[in-house]
Amino acid sequence: MNKNIAIDVRDLTVGYGDYILLHDATYQVHKGDIFIIMGGSGCGKSSMLRVLTGLLPPQKGDVVINGTNIATASAEEVQKIREKSGILYQSGALFSSMTLAENIALPLQQYSDYSDETIRELAHLKLALVGLTGFDDFYPSEISGGMKKRAGLARALAFDPDIVYFDEPSAGLDPISSHNLDELILELNQSLGTTIVVVTHELDSIFTIGNNSIFLDAGSKTILAHGDPKELLKNPPNQEVYQFLTRGEKK
Amino acid sequence: MKSKTITSSKNLSPVQIQQKGDVLLLSFNGNIINYESQDLLKTIQNSFSRGVNHLDFQTDFLQDWDSSLLVILYEVLRMAKSNNIHYSLTSLPDNLQQLLNLAFAVDRKPSHSQSEKLPVIERIGQLAMQFYGQTISVLKYLGAVGGGVWRFLTASSIMRKTDFLAALEECGPQALAIVALISFLVGLILAFVGAVQLQTFGAQIYVASLVTIGMCRIMGAIMVGIIMAGRTGSAYAATIGTMQVNEELDALQTMGLSHIDFLVMPRLFSLLIAMPILTMLADFMGMMGGAFVGVFLMNLPYQEYWKYAFNAFNLSNFSVGIFHGFCFGFIIAICGCYCGLTCGRNADSVGLATTRSVVTAIVWMIVVTGIITVICQELGI
Repeated sequence: MNKNIAIDVRDLTVGYGDYILLHDATYQVHKGDIFIIMGGSGCGKSSMLRVLTGLLPPQKGDVVINGTNIATASAEEVQKIREKSGILYQSGALFSSMTLAENIALPLQQYSDYSDETIRELAHLKLALVGLTGFDDFYPSEISGGMKKRAGLARALAFDPDIVYFDEPSAGLDPISSHNLDELILELNQSLGTTIVVVTHELDSIFTIGNNSIFLDAGSKTILAHGDPKELLKNPPNQEVYQFLTRGEKK
Repeated sequence: MKSKTITSSKNLSPVQIQQKGDVLLLSFNGNIINYESQDLLKTIQNSFSRGVNHLDFQTDFLQDWDSSLLVILYEVLRMAKSNNIHYSLTSLPDNLQQLLNLAFAVDRKPSHSQSEKLPVIERIGQLAMQFYGQTISVLKYLGAVGGGVWRFLTASSIMRKTDFLAALEECGPQALAIVALISFLVGLILAFVGAVQLQTFGAQIYVASLVTIGMCRIMGAIMVGIIMAGRTGSAYAATIGTMQVNEELDALQTMGLSHIDFLVMPRLFSLLIAMPILTMLADFMGMMGGAFVGVFLMNLPYQEYWKYAFNAFNLSNFSVGIFHGFCFGFIIAICGCYCGLTCGRNADSVGLATTRSVVTAIVWMIVVTGIITVICQELGI
């Protein structure tokens, strides 16, 4: 396998029981990419993310992440992949009974041998990286939606992950917060070299941060396009992709 | 050409239907606000079956209208389409035309969950499969809880002390007042009910024995069980269910943190500790309630009442009650957490999970009470 490939998806079928959302999906994410999974509502973007993060087993096909196929991997191997991945959920998914610092410290306490003092400092640093210096002792209920997402991102970065997944990062954010989060994603990608996978249908975000993408289609249940979103806009392979990338304009 | 004018059920209706040959003309006059259209639509449907090929509209005298006119037009056009009747919207006001075009712009035929009516045998089979699936799910969960207890005993659990202490405070000190009040009232009621019967034999002093045995052996534990199922079990289901909705459970899973260790164990252990203590409190408060009736309302001598109460008190009754409390604690924690963990991902599901946790816990408490009673009977306790 090419060492430059972070995620290799081959002939993947995604679904729940008899209900198939997507079939024969094949694509690759290169290390250091900001990879966008886009498509209309109900096309299976979030389910694709659940498969990539090991929350939903693939119905068919292979999902190879950093050389390990999660379709056939043991629980320990999946756990190792997860330790090198971070996920920012739509709502931030912060634990409401814990302060922001405790949220970030939780995976570190579980999987590292760091002392309590080091973990505290690491949590402080991760919060500083996402612009939340001084919010260590705040509870999720005391901060805004945009700040929750940043704190969720700080938690996702706790273990210096190779890959960070974002599920609809702009959802529920005002345009400025959304733009700031996009900037943050770009900075993290450039400074840490982290591979980033973003599930979104926000066109501004797609064109600002994405350098590779797939377009999922709910009708055909397949990947209709694969490539740099800006290139896809210049040379759309079909009407569906063009309409999506131009907010419904007809060719 | 013969012309026939039909008006809708009210004579002065603002809607008139006129049939000229194969053309049906609908005239809308004056204000059409809050118009009840059912009779009118039936009349139009009947007209369509009498050789109508064209539909036309007249709105020259139409003044003010609301969505009820739009409903009439939308339904009439749907009927016309299904009867292959030609129509033109040009005689309608522009805004009405726009709205109708919008309404007919997307003509999807969603194939969403048309629940098939299965034959009885297949339905029974389906129910059996559901039951089987649920049983397997519960057994897996109980196995996972067993694993969690084992990890705790072997000091490899990730249960957080702060979570345990918070859960213990919630189901211990914070529940004292309500348990004390309800148990006092139950003791009071037991004493009243018993006193009415015992008074007829002049044996009202035995109210003390009745209340003591009743509260210590079973009533104290049952009352605490019901209170805690409604108060704490439902809170567990709602909290964990909300975590499911907020994707916090997914976050835990992707961090490799066990739901059982992190969420179930603190709640289970805190209830296992709190329930026997609350049961003791309920026993005591129930006896106080009985004493209140005996001493203040039935004028039994204070010392005499407590003498009979202590004579009736014995360790085996008390132990059976405490054991009930311990079992109920286990049931409430297990049901509350299970319903939360299996909750769906929307607000409705949280409500359902909460209800299910209370109902399931109470049903299992009754079942377990029956089992313990039979075992005690067999063992002569």
